[in-house]
Amino acid sequence: MLRYIIRRLLLLPLVMVGVTFLLFLLTQRLSPEMRASLYVKDARQMGALEEVIEEYGLRDPVLKQYGRWLGGVLKGDLGYSPSANMPVAKAIKEYLPATIQLAVITMLLVVFFGVWFGASSAVHKDKWQDILARFISVGGFSLPIFVLGLLLLMVFYGKLGWFAPGGYSFQTDLVVHGHSFHTYTGFLLIDALLNGNLRVFLDVLSHLVLPAVTLCIGSFALMVRVMRSSMLEELNKEYVRAARAKGLSEWVVVYKHAGKNAIIPVITLASIQFIRLLGGTVIVETIFDYPGIGRFGVLAAQQLDIAGILGFSLMVAALFVLGNLLSDILYTAVDPRIRLE
Amino acid sequence: MLKNRIFKRIYTNKTSLCGLVLVSFFLLLALFAPWIAPAENPNHPYQMPQASYTITPQAPSAQHWFGTTEQQYDLFYGVVWGARLAFVVGMTVTFFAFLIGLLVGGIAAYFGGKVDEVLMRLTDVVFAVPSLVLAMVIAAMLGPDVKHMMIALTAVAWPSYARLIRGDILSVKRRDYVTAARTLGARGGRILLRHILPNSIYPSVVVASLDIGYIVLTASSLSFLGLGAQPGTADWGQLISMARNWVLGTAQNPFAYWYTVAAPGGAIFLFVLGWNLLGDAFRDILDPRQV
Repeated sequence: MLRYIIRRLLLLPLVMVGVTFLLFLLTQRLSPEMRASLYVKDARQMGALEEVIEEYGLRDPVLKQYGRWLGGVLKGDLGYSPSANMPVAKAIKEYLPATIQLAVITMLLVVFFGVWFGASSAVHKDKWQDILARFISVGGFSLPIFVLGLLLLMVFYGKLGWFAPGGYSFQTDLVVHGHSFHTYTGFLLIDALLNGNLRVFLDVLSHLVLPAVTLCIGSFALMVRVMRSSMLEELNKEYVRAARAKGLSEWVVVYKHAGKNAIIPVITLASIQFIRLLGGTVIVETIFDYPGIGRFGVLAAQQLDIAGILGFSLMVAALFVLGNLLSDILYTAVDPRIRLE
Repeated sequence: MLKNRIFKRIYTNKTSLCGLVLVSFFLLLALFAPWIAPAENPNHPYQMPQASYTITPQAPSAQHWFGTTEQQYDLFYGVVWGARLAFVVGMTVTFFAFLIGLLVGGIAAYFGGKVDEVLMRLTDVVFAVPSLVLAMVIAAMLGPDVKHMMIALTAVAWPSYARLIRGDILSVKRRDYVTAARTLGARGGRILLRHILPNSIYPSVVVASLDIGYIVLTASSLSFLGLGAQPGTADWGQLISMARNWVLGTAQNPFAYWYTVAAPGGAIFLFVLGWNLLGDAFRDILDPRQV
């Protein structure tokens, strides 16, 4: 177990260097002039292009350029992102908490409703609850999140005006960046509570509703499916029949006995899905203009902001590897029959 | 027989039949696109014709069955040719990704040792980033173009096939008939080509072909983000990204431009749904625990 963890942790630097080096090779397709022009804000400064190329050594051999970038990373300097208008390290620090907040809320929705729908679908097999749940689990898996996002925006913002896009309202922006608001964790929901500001908390929460609902659809469909089949399997086991024979009420049999065992695969699946959500945040944050790391990545990619793209990929790769390791460990914790090698 | 089982399963199960019908429908649409929606410029059929340069979308009419989207691109034309593009992208990417996966997985499994280690660490690197994110970054560096989009998608899709094929080959390699062939004095190449590959490749081919729906979904996500097809291409993802500016409608009627989302969104949904339903049926058939 410990050896497995150490081996996976040793893989981390390899993966991070591998991903960024491959991407770095790709950036060399762009001419030094193009790469330099990213840092030129004003058309009148275009004459200074040559100086920028000289200063940043954009004509050096690839390895030398990559080495310089990597050296900066080790010192905590990820370069400057023109698309976010701030250093990449600062952008990540500012946007990452918002994305984690979104992913956590989404995961809570996925687990709660996934377990509920999946369990009731199994208990009422072939009744309308089951047909509805099966319909959702197939349909939700096929509905692209960008289509769902636009439909939700159309109804809940365009028609009803309940939930606005963005990360928070203008008023909240003023409060959060004012002097009396202390930033403790960077997570706005937690900070709002620590500051005792319920209005900010509710505002941030209401801006999370649509992105979270949109983001959860794929994982939710999968969760319903897994919970349903797991519950069906448990309900057919001997101990359930024994519990029923004892004369326990149906509710106790289903939820206290079968449900407890059926939920194990769901928990492990949830830990894997949490990591998978990161890919979806790219689209969801773009649709809802949510100020998270996914939107930062998309803007960097759209504007060919190389420092931004590299920093974003580096961070996502690190999160992904660590997250997968964590879910592997959780897997063995929940089910002791599994051994990692 | 497996073939009979597949047909029986598909015909007796309503949902898999549904999947088959949906996929066949889109296949016909794709094949007959030049007759269903004749191209104005047959040399560039994927370039959508523009009725005018007016920005506001127009509602469905006799002339434009599904209406027009931003800048008067005909939605019916876009949906029909988008189906053809979806098949082209899905099949090309799956084919090349599978080919690369076959090569890498085959080499890794056959040679083992250091070669295996290096190649598998390479797949680890690609696996370490969510495929949409990696494809997005690669596509951005290459510039918006359908060809570049296919390259980016292939670059992120091959590692899973490489792993799948490697695992299959490794399990087949230990079978008795391979040992028998070796003791009979067959050469390495012959064993690999005649004994191992035919027996290990079959399940992977099925898995790969069913990935077309997922590949098309990722492709349209790229186009939606403006990192896929070039502007004006008949691409479902791009049509939806054009609809983005109009989802809020007008002050009087919030749903004024519903058709800009409905037409391409419905197409993608039904296409992916069809492949998923078909995929479920095949997974059930290939799962030996199912009777």
